[in-house]
Amino acid sequence: MTTLKENAPKEEHAYTPGLKVKRAMTLYKTRQIPIPGEVYVKEGDIVDYDTIIARTYVSGDPEIIKVAALLGFASNPKDLPVYMLKKVGDKVSKDERIAGYSTLFGLLKKWVTSPVDGTVDTISNITGQVVIRGAPIPVAVKAYIPGKVAQILPNIGAIVATNAAFIQGIFGIGGETHGKVKIAVDSPGDELTPDQITTEDKGTVLICGSLATLEVFKKAAEVGVSCLVSGGVRYQDISTLIGEAIGVAITGQEEVGLTYIATEGFGKMRMSQRTFDLLKQFEGHLASVNGATQIRAGVMRPEIIIAHEESFDQTSDDSLAGGMIPGTYVRIIREPFFGAICKVVNLPVELQQVETRSYVRVVEVELDDGRIVTVPRANVEIIEE
Amino acid sequence: MLTRKANEEMQYILATDVGSTTTKARFFHKKDGEWRFLVAGEAPTTVEAPYEDVTRGVMNAVSEVEALTGHRILAPDGSGIISPYDGKMGVDLYCTTSSAGGGLQMMVAGLIKMMTAESAARAALGAGAIVMDVISRDDGRRSYQKIQLIRNLRPDMILLAGGMDGGEQKNVLEIAELINTAEPKARLGASFELPLVYAGNKDIRDEIQKLMGERFALNMVDNLRPKVEIENTESARNAIHELFMEHVMSHAPGYTGLMKWTDVPIMPTPAGEGIAMQLIASTYKRNVLGVGLGGATTNVYSVVDGRFVRSVSANLGMSYSVTNVLKEAGIQNIMRWLPFKLDEEEVTGSLANKMIRPTTIPQTLKDLIVEHSIAREALRLGLNHHKTLATRLKGVRTERSVGDMFEQAIEETYIKMMNIDIIAGTGGLLSHAPWRGQSMLVMTDAFQPEGVTWVFQDSVFMMPHLGVLSTVYRDAAWNIFDKDCLVRVGTVIAPVGTANLGDLAMTVELTMPNGQIISEELNFGEIKYIELPERQEAKAVITPTRRFDVGDGNGHKVEKTAMGGVVGIVLDARGRPLYLPPEESQRKELLLKWFKALNLYPEEELKELI
Repeated sequence: MTTLKENAPKEEHAYTPGLKVKRAMTLYKTRQIPIPGEVYVKEGDIVDYDTIIARTYVSGDPEIIKVAALLGFASNPKDLPVYMLKKVGDKVSKDERIAGYSTLFGLLKKWVTSPVDGTVDTISNITGQVVIRGAPIPVAVKAYIPGKVAQILPNIGAIVATNAAFIQGIFGIGGETHGKVKIAVDSPGDELTPDQITTEDKGTVLICGSLATLEVFKKAAEVGVSCLVSGGVRYQDISTLIGEAIGVAITGQEEVGLTYIATEGFGKMRMSQRTFDLLKQFEGHLASVNGATQIRAGVMRPEIIIAHEESFDQTSDDSLAGGMIPGTYVRIIREPFFGAICKVVNLPVELQQVETRSYVRVVEVELDDGRIVTVPRANVEIIEE
Repeated sequence: MLTRKANEEMQYILATDVGSTTTKARFFHKKDGEWRFLVAGEAPTTVEAPYEDVTRGVMNAVSEVEALTGHRILAPDGSGIISPYDGKMGVDLYCTTSSAGGGLQMMVAGLIKMMTAESAARAALGAGAIVMDVISRDDGRRSYQKIQLIRNLRPDMILLAGGMDGGEQKNVLEIAELINTAEPKARLGASFELPLVYAGNKDIRDEIQKLMGERFALNMVDNLRPKVEIENTESARNAIHELFMEHVMSHAPGYTGLMKWTDVPIMPTPAGEGIAMQLIASTYKRNVLGVGLGGATTNVYSVVDGRFVRSVSANLGMSYSVTNVLKEAGIQNIMRWLPFKLDEEEVTGSLANKMIRPTTIPQTLKDLIVEHSIAREALRLGLNHHKTLATRLKGVRTERSVGDMFEQAIEETYIKMMNIDIIAGTGGLLSHAPWRGQSMLVMTDAFQPEGVTWVFQDSVFMMPHLGVLSTVYRDAAWNIFDKDCLVRVGTVIAPVGTANLGDLAMTVELTMPNGQIISEELNFGEIKYIELPERQEAKAVITPTRRFDVGDGNGHKVEKTAMGGVVGIVLDARGRPLYLPPEESQRKELLLKWFKALNLYPEEELKELI
């Protein structure tokens, strides 16, 4: 039934997703507030990680008050406006009277007061409810990375550009923070122990080798480490740390006292030599980090951004766009060679059978030890250098 | 979109499904007057950074089709699909479904949890949505909690129902006021106008317009529960589809471009799957239980006595949400399906790695068996969820005996496995299983069919494609569906009941198409299969022993037609409920026996794992 084209050519490139591990690139970060507000910077401004880019106010939390019911005429709420002492838009203070009545020279009286400071949002003569909206909540966005304002996004923020080393992790927790890069282990396969973390590590982005255990997390949070970075982490440890099992990878809001980034995956995993070496080159530099991970709906990977002034060849940017070709370095991301960094040798177009007996599209890669192995194309990711 | 050719003039059709993990292209061709599936191409979906443009994944998948067939489909300048076919290149029709970027995520609200809110949930699910939350007056949460929840949800759309026509008004308006007050924001952009479908009491439409018209893209449709005994979800479903295209898809990365390429409006993947399941039910005139086991969700469909219900378990999937299956089912329930020893930490680690790298596939047998174990649990949980929606309309007074009332109080769903005639499965894991027997057993273990049940599978995952195609060209869709999509896997014959391992459970006498009679005795705990090719049938006379029932009561003989398939007839005397010994070594031994009886996995490799 399937009519395969005879003598189909060997494929020369193939699309595959990947993670960036780049020594130098021009990085653009869009910094914006959720709804329109005021932008505080202008194009060309030099900003630091804590410079406020824009600020706005989101509407305060509402309180619904069943005024008609409280005044005893729930069945006839159309009379509500008669009993209102405030109108829509009026500011009210907590415990201030907003509706009520007093008759028979004050012998019969009933008042409804506001439970919060705020503004009268709606008065409904259909439901008999009044909504008081609390004070607006300020929301500001900072630059997060040091750099230069490349573009203003009117009323909502700006795009900040910087020259930086850029490393994408695979999974993280916790939000944006920053600190000086500190390498805490001798090699990427080493494992940091809690007793190796001292008060001198406070405020750092601490690189801890192949595994961050629960004990390491606890000690790091205790001394005030800004961010831990390791090759891997145990699923159970991360679940214990955040207080619940992770169901889907949407993170970034956890409040565990520090940010965490895994560069390789779950379990004890040797950090890739390239990632480790790159971080080592920038030891002592300030890094902006974010553990937020979202693998659905607009993927977001955790990141380490180290701004620097080194020049680089901009023409080599974005090798991901070209996909995978012979010679491309890839990381195997599933058993049996999970974690191996290797070079693409061949991209056969025909489906091939693997151990499971499935016929899949494969890639032939050369491992560090010179062996050529075949793995499903779906099980590799490009390392973009 | 160009004016397309008349159906009878078409020669090539391209259909894609932009899934949450993979974009799947299917290429169809009419040859000698008959529409057939030609070839498939797949590529990772590119809804995410750095691409953030789904058309790229579509082009990658289609370029695979081009590489495999030598047929040129993509415009060389990257502007889309060459259309129409000019005798050398291009296609006559291009259509697509989509669930990328999380699909259609909705919040629904109604007045009473078990009545209008439940009907609203069914309407949203029937339209192909993921229901993020259901708000009602009696949902047990305080107003401020509901407001906080609505503010945090960020849905793509809201469906508001409540009140029968001519019935309750004030309480419905209170719910509307609550939603209005919370100022919910759209998921794909806080500044977008959030679509809201109002399908409640028609008498308060003016008040709803006044209250919500400024803040929402408001769409009024027929009341989905105009009377207590009537549920009419069609208007709401149609409105949801329209708003999905107009307000949601147009904001998703790359969809504006994709919408220009297609000849038919983009349909949510589950809606396409649902059409395909209904096609099976209407063709065979039987009750169907279908499942789409995806990367992010598990969609279960039932057509029972003509009533179609769809459920989406938003976070039960095989990749993005695989650790949520672990969380919901518990590690022990996953490990119970493994016949070899494996460290719990290794299993959780590998599942967590699948979650963060959702496009990977198992290369080793061990990985494959672990995935099949978790699939059983995802399906089991998905069916449990489905049963909570596949219920009789609540609030309707019916005359019942005391016995009936007692029974209904215990079990409200009308899904009884003994009444399900057909089970159909689709989705990456089921369609791509190296041997169909594996997916057959996965579905059998999860759903535990009772009596005599036919099993179908989607050959290479194209039910959604054919579902959307059938909306404009039913004949072509059905032809391909029947010939190339619907794989007849076989028939499961399973008596209900339990006994001691080794006790006789049933005898089965099969009259094969060539007249040969095969008699089998099945002891409790056994499973075996008898080959009977696709498109052949056998007469099955099943005689259960006194503790077992195959549809006509304990010990009563039943005569039915068994459908042949790529696996054949599976005689399953493992018990209903399925019996798994609590003792670990006995359980593993039994699992292994079942796997061997069905030749499920390569024996040598399996041996190495034990």
